[in-house]
Amino acid sequence: MSAVMNDETKKVLVEPLVSNNPITLQVLGICSALAVTSQMSTSLIMALALTLVTAFSSAAISAIRNHIPSSIRIIVQMTIIASLVIVVDQILKAFAYDVSKQLSVFVGLIITNCIVMGRAEGYAMKNPPLESFMDGIGNGLGYSLILIVVAFFRETLGSGKLLGIEVFKLTKDGGWYDPNGLMLLPPSAFFIIGLIIWGVRVWKPEQAEKVEFKILPIAHGEGGHH
Amino acid sequence: MPNEKKQCEHMVKLCATLEKYESYRKFKAYAEKILALGNDSLEKTIAIAVALCLVCAVLVSFAAVALKPLQVDNKEQDMKKNILDVAGLLDEGSNIDAAFAEKIEPKIVDLATGDYVDSVNVADYDQRKAAKDPAQNVVIPKEKDIAHIRIKAKYAKVFLVKEGGAIKSIILPINGYGLWSTLYGFLSLDADGQTVQSINFYDQSETPGLGGEVVNPKWRALWKGKKVYAESDQPSLDKGLITEADKGEPALSLIKGVVDNSKPGSQYQVDGLAGATLTSTGVTNLIRYWMSTEGFAPYLNKVRTVKGVKS
Repeated sequence: MSAVMNDETKKVLVEPLVSNNPITLQVLGICSALAVTSQMSTSLIMALALTLVTAFSSAAISAIRNHIPSSIRIIVQMTIIASLVIVVDQILKAFAYDVSKQLSVFVGLIITNCIVMGRAEGYAMKNPPLESFMDGIGNGLGYSLILIVVAFFRETLGSGKLLGIEVFKLTKDGGWYDPNGLMLLPPSAFFIIGLIIWGVRVWKPEQAEKVEFKILPIAHGEGGHH
Repeated sequence: MPNEKKQCEHMVKLCATLEKYESYRKFKAYAEKILALGNDSLEKTIAIAVALCLVCAVLVSFAAVALKPLQVDNKEQDMKKNILDVAGLLDEGSNIDAAFAEKIEPKIVDLATGDYVDSVNVADYDQRKAAKDPAQNVVIPKEKDIAHIRIKAKYAKVFLVKEGGAIKSIILPINGYGLWSTLYGFLSLDADGQTVQSINFYDQSETPGLGGEVVNPKWRALWKGKKVYAESDQPSLDKGLITEADKGEPALSLIKGVVDNSKPGSQYQVDGLAGATLTSTGVTNLIRYWMSTEGFAPYLNKVRTVKGVKS
């Protein structure tokens, strides 16, 4: 493997994990990160589905990138992504029926996930298929990493379980842990992702955005009396 | 690998055969011409769009058609599993199809009269589909629609568990609106059409951990032995004393907090779901609706009588 792995491949695989993470740095794909992370099992399947879709759509788009007319560029990318998402959804319905029932519309909504489109437009249109495929895998893994961390906290704190197995015994079953109901609601993912972004930017200060504009102090003669 | 080599030879042969056809040569020449065009020419734009749509359509239809049998099978298995589960007959690891065929007897019931219908093919009848078909459904008058489902199928598909010829449990399909979603489930009753055996919601999207706890086995276990219809002279805590007029009306409901089983009237009460008032109200309403004369009351009345249900 290491012989095949050139520097570019390594870069596109490793960078999206922390230093260029699609969720924490680019703040993309937040919607599904809120929706599916109340349980670890759904998060894992969602992460896998998104990684595969991103990788294969990037590879396919990259393969035909020199023949895509620029006027219908976005539509071409969307068509490829949408087809792959439908295929993934069909496969889940056939082979992982229970999980697909829980994920319901969110698999279909991978089509609108900004990460997939972002990689297609930002990387695959300019790079060869193999690198684009690896870039899709890398970004999918970056997304997966955040989803798994968020789901870990939400499932353990929200329902005292992990992958459906009891970790904390709940008070209603005679244990000691009183579950935090907020963790089961989508807003809690906002808080956790916010904390993760904070943590990452403390660790890697270069990720903090530059101040785009400054609110000037009140100038002389401005505001107040009319 | 001889196999691969063979396949390769096969492909070469195929291409050679194709070359013989005029239309293929024309197509190949046209494709080469298009690919050589500038990316922004109108002709190439249209050709690429058409080709892409064709390829994607083939891919999607292939996946949909090829996986369809598996998906249909999954759905059926899931439904059978739910029915076996509510009947208390689900044995993990056993063959679901065989257990279902052996123990469960599906029947079609005309909700208005409470009689069995023989003119419909039991195996193929899908009550949820029928509820959406104008030829097979009934629009529920607004004032009666306490479960907020608007339409229902004329015929319901019920499931009977029999033992030595006698009915052991009656499994009734129920549905109604909760907080976010319509809950679909089954309620299983004793042959008296009055005592609850179990309840099971197989399709719902209530808040996980709150309303979604309708699927929690511990909560579902609380339903066992509860009574659906009010018997006279028995107090029910939310209605006050049940009078002669209330007799036979559906009285089962979810209450706030925990039911004190020592109190009179507790046989009509189930613990509400903590933190999910609207889902709990929804469950109460859907039970009351489906157990009323709008739902299964006419059928259950006939089951209880000596003569039984006409077919």
